[in-house]
Amino acid sequence: MIAMNFRGPYRIRVDRNKPEPEILHPQDAIVRVTRSCICGSDLHLYHGLVPDTRIGSTFGHEFTGIVEEVGSEVTKLKVGDHVLVPFNIACGACPLCKQEMYGNCAESNSMATAVAGIFGYSHTAGGFDGGQAEYVRVPYADISPIKIPDGMDIEDAVLLTDVTPTGYQAAEMGGIQKGDTVVVYGAGPIGLMAARCAWLFGAGRVIVIDHLEYRLEFARKFSFAEAYNFKEMDDPVVFVKRTTDWWGADVVIDAVGCDASGSAFQTVLGKKLLLQAGSATALHWAVNSVKRGGILSIIGVYGPPWNLFSIGSAMNKGITIRTNQASVKRLLPRLIDHIMTGRLSPKDIITHRMPLEEVSEGYHMFSAKRDNIIKAVLIPPKANVA
Amino acid sequence: MANTLNPVTDTNTAANSITDVPHTHNNKLAADDTMLADQYKHIPGWGMDADDHDPAYPMRHYNGADHQRINYEKPPQQPVTVEILHSIERPTVSRVTSDRLPPKGLSGAIRRAAFKYSEANAMHWMGLILADRVNMVEGVIDDLRRGHIPNIIEERGWKAEWKYNRKGVIKEALIGAAIITAAIAFSSSKNKKKKALKAMRAMKAKVTS
Repeated sequence: MIAMNFRGPYRIRVDRNKPEPEILHPQDAIVRVTRSCICGSDLHLYHGLVPDTRIGSTFGHEFTGIVEEVGSEVTKLKVGDHVLVPFNIACGACPLCKQEMYGNCAESNSMATAVAGIFGYSHTAGGFDGGQAEYVRVPYADISPIKIPDGMDIEDAVLLTDVTPTGYQAAEMGGIQKGDTVVVYGAGPIGLMAARCAWLFGAGRVIVIDHLEYRLEFARKFSFAEAYNFKEMDDPVVFVKRTTDWWGADVVIDAVGCDASGSAFQTVLGKKLLLQAGSATALHWAVNSVKRGGILSIIGVYGPPWNLFSIGSAMNKGITIRTNQASVKRLLPRLIDHIMTGRLSPKDIITHRMPLEEVSEGYHMFSAKRDNIIKAVLIPPKANVA
Repeated sequence: MANTLNPVTDTNTAANSITDVPHTHNNKLAADDTMLADQYKHIPGWGMDADDHDPAYPMRHYNGADHQRINYEKPPQQPVTVEILHSIERPTVSRVTSDRLPPKGLSGAIRRAAFKYSEANAMHWMGLILADRVNMVEGVIDDLRRGHIPNIIEERGWKAEWKYNRKGVIKEALIGAAIITAAIAFSSSKNKKKKALKAMRAMKAKVTS
């Protein structure tokens, strides 16, 4: 089959004869991919920032597909179902899954206790192959995957596997109260979605901060947000304080993660020397931008070792930090309702659609921010859907 | 109400430049929810999910299930057919695992060593990063052994760079060429000096003898 193949930092090629996956567990299914996406967090892998990313890995944790084969214990899905597959691999039986913490399942990742299994996201997240391929093995197929609702656009469906629930949960974890001022660092797909969803929770003001003008413009339209370029500021923290009566934002969302720009010190230490898990510039700004007693929601992805940010200020300010991988299955019913009623339209963030065979160009464009890219969708040759 | 800023309306007009940012906090501008809802009625779904979300996820879903953490009914164990490294912070492998890319070669040896340390230990993560870099070299050697020369232009997606940033590519190529030319010129002038010096010394030695 055709599949993306990681060869090292900034190097990806297309395999044309990768063996197709097989059922290895009675609760597995094999899915023929119909759409997959390149996620901003895939760039952390692409840039070599996530430990235990083995050569030959296939990335991709956002995908939809048609069920081709099911294991002997799969009862809810049948061959031919068109499903969306949440990025969390979750057993549905462990105490964490029982508490709807599907992003923290105890039975899907041997390699680390810090994270549950995720499709195509390094061996640190279990080593499972991802959806930037023609076929994928889906463990625990009865738990997370669901049939795409009738009438739902496939592009909305594929964005329900990660970006929409992740952005929504970022806002949810902010504990937004009606009228709150919410600052979102990062105008990538997750930041845009978090800013959009902040209004659903009753935000009174949503401010997006990034350094790419085309993304800021997108944030103004898609997320109804104020949007500002930190490169035009002396100091984004002072900017946030000044624009909130020198108080700080009620809620700050870090939607950047470990690839942040804005500090040469953080970049050299984290992205060049790898002495910390990437650059924590946005996180550092976020701690300092939130009001005393405010809430910081971290949805940006960081590698597992450690990061330099002002935890002392966090303590002294009495802020609450909430963070987790999105629990996609938990959020799907609500988000499907928002989409089907037209309140949310995730597919509006898709700017590029390309054949799976052009995946290396897709990664480069996304990494280098070419052609005003926001979100790229990959279409495998065997997709066979409209 | 003295403070009547509508952030959204202003956002779409003048308030998007750094110099014209509103110097005010919009928190609780309206006296009640109805007024707020009216203020944001152009935003589909405004405030619809505002109820019952504090304390936020995951706290509000706490049901005590983790107190039964020993006795829960686990899924069947996937047969382990390849070497699976597992964190020493858990007793054994998870019920499902990936059989893809088991550790092998020098990178595999480094990974095995790294997995002797917990996730709290730098040796674990730094070891894995080192293994990744070694694995990259192993990948190139493996390619060459199988007669495949990696196509760096294709792998790095530079076709897209040529398509969308042609000027930048040409600029970088010219800068690169200039640096290489300067380096060659510098090195050849150094060589010439060395040769001239050598010839002079040889001549001097000839004269004195």
